[in-house]
Amino acid sequence: MAAAAGGWLRSCGKLKRNLPAYLGPWRASPCVFRSSKSELMPNLASDGVVCAPLQTFTEEETMMKNMVTKFAQERVAPLVQKMDENSKMEDSVIQGLFEQGLMSIELGEEYGGTGASFFSVILVVEELAKVDPAVSLLCELQNTLTNKLFTTYGTEEQKRTYLPRVAKDTIGSFCLSEAGSGSDAFSLKTRAEKKGDYYIINGSKMWISLAEHAGVFFVMANTDPSLGYRGITCFIVDRNTEGLHIGKKEDKLGIRASSTCPVTFENVKVPATNILGEVGKGYKHAIGLLNTGRIGIAAQMLGLAQGCFDHTIPYTKERVQFGKSIFDFQGMQHQIAQVATQLEAARLLTYNAARLAETGRPFIKEASMAKYYAAEVATLTTSKCIEWMGGVGFTKNYPIEKYYRDCKIGTIYEGTSNIQLSTIAKSLAQEY
Amino acid sequence: MAALRVLVGVKRVIDYAVKVRVAAGGGGVQTQGVKHSLNPFCEIALEEAVRLRERGAAAEVIAASVGTRLCQDTLRTALALGADRGVLVEVGEGAAPGPREAAAALAALVGRLQPGLVLLGKQAIDDDCNQTGQLLAAMLDWPQGTFASRVELEEGAVRVEREVDGGLETLRLRLPAVLTADLRLNEPRYATLPNIMKAKKKPLEVVGASELGAAILSPPRLRVLKMAEPPGRQGGERVQDVPTLLQRLRSKGRV
Repeated sequence: MAAAAGGWLRSCGKLKRNLPAYLGPWRASPCVFRSSKSELMPNLASDGVVCAPLQTFTEEETMMKNMVTKFAQERVAPLVQKMDENSKMEDSVIQGLFEQGLMSIELGEEYGGTGASFFSVILVVEELAKVDPAVSLLCELQNTLTNKLFTTYGTEEQKRTYLPRVAKDTIGSFCLSEAGSGSDAFSLKTRAEKKGDYYIINGSKMWISLAEHAGVFFVMANTDPSLGYRGITCFIVDRNTEGLHIGKKEDKLGIRASSTCPVTFENVKVPATNILGEVGKGYKHAIGLLNTGRIGIAAQMLGLAQGCFDHTIPYTKERVQFGKSIFDFQGMQHQIAQVATQLEAARLLTYNAARLAETGRPFIKEASMAKYYAAEVATLTTSKCIEWMGGVGFTKNYPIEKYYRDCKIGTIYEGTSNIQLSTIAKSLAQEY
Repeated sequence: MAALRVLVGVKRVIDYAVKVRVAAGGGGVQTQGVKHSLNPFCEIALEEAVRLRERGAAAEVIAASVGTRLCQDTLRTALALGADRGVLVEVGEGAAPGPREAAAALAALVGRLQPGLVLLGKQAIDDDCNQTGQLLAAMLDWPQGTFASRVELEEGAVRVEREVDGGLETLRLRLPAVLTADLRLNEPRYATLPNIMKAKKKPLEVVGASELGAAILSPPRLRVLKMAEPPGRQGGERVQDVPTLLQRLRSKGRV
């Protein structure tokens, strides 16, 4: 076979055909993959637990996970169905999240936060999502977007003003998407005109999460459309600013307890001191943060899938048909094992991306992979779980159908699955 | 009163939500890799002690545990829930301290730490012994208020409302005393995230059992011979009327 190939190649050479490099005589040279990606040598001196499994947690992380599990089971779980039906988050849940310090996990203690690791955030988001992905979203956005925006790009004055508030009782809401710009985020039309010390913002945003309860908004507006996306600037706007209108919340398929509203700006006057970061650098700030946000969403989808799975398997072990539990049928076992394996893979992708981000290593590709895969796995898991539960899975009496409805948003928001795949491909292109 | 030091005993037990399985060989239950947590009644006792300190009635809350090194996790949780410091009386791997050993260890700690009040959970959810508090009080020759559903400190004394078979009994005990917490004493708090981080900095002392004295090291008086699942439920029988019922009961030797 090889000889024939060699003969064919030689004849091609005689014909002086232009062979692409990958069809060259691989038999001749050892298989050297030309990749520009450097092998990440573990720095044994500083990395400490290099050989530990990804599911290794510090003592604090374990305690936090246990606490959140307990909190979620006792304070959130009884209200999940009600919040979903009424499409409204309960005040007691929001308060509980603030009181337990779940809304300021990474924030420094000087601002009223906990000063814990980014990985703790991921664990908390995952645990909350096992009970209610909508509540988990609130926690995730506050920690990975709101808090991070202030701590990364805020001036000392802004941090002093806003961080204690967001740690205590104020929810932040990130306004980027518009009716005409979703994935194409930077073609946004909201305009911010400079008027001396102020900017006047006009425009309307759509699909804004948490707008119903938010106390402070991060508004991405263009200060100079002639510069294209390099005019986009991030403004901090308080809720009660004149001209800011929060529209009627959307009636959604899933994560209904988390409000999603259109927000309009009619001559909203914002002082220049409320610019977050630099003028014209808004797009850069947004992209930077949305990368870590992706890991948070991956954790949410992971928790969603796991929670759904945890509800289903005990049922399959109890339900008896044809004289044995449906779990005992080999067909079922194989399906269940496949789903469990994919769940584990999604978990490891997410945990690893979180650890990469924590240690300051490049993580954009891994974060995209984690978000994309976790969302897909969540869709598959919830779909299968409904099938395994049979008729009861289809009714609202059981929590399974809610997970099925909730998971769909995972492939859509914070970067659609297609965008994630493009991002991964872009990273790969740079490696080879 | 302001200088009152409270010692709270906490036990590391298999988490209440875990499905307990008999270990291979039938000598006990599976504990390897199984989720453990703080005994719920101990948590209630700890919550009461922390509330006493927050009210100003107590000055310091010390959490103590008797067991292997793994119990440090439990003590850290106790610190996160509000204890000021933790003490672990470490026993060897494989030693399973029963109520008598635990009481002896706690009695020795009492001698060392001089608390004015000892709070324990009424029983542990793994062995349900309900003995440690009572044994400890006897060893120390202190008054005891068990099954406490209400605790009020007074000058040099403590008023305890106990849940007993006949109803509620209120006792006034002179301090120092031993109390054991029942379910309705209070509702424990969650450890807030900031408190979990602060727990790292609180002191946790490990003391070898041998340092405390011989009583703890003496071989346990209880030995588990066999552990097995309860027999599966047998089907019942329907009868038409009371005479048939009586006849069936008699034939089965139940009446």
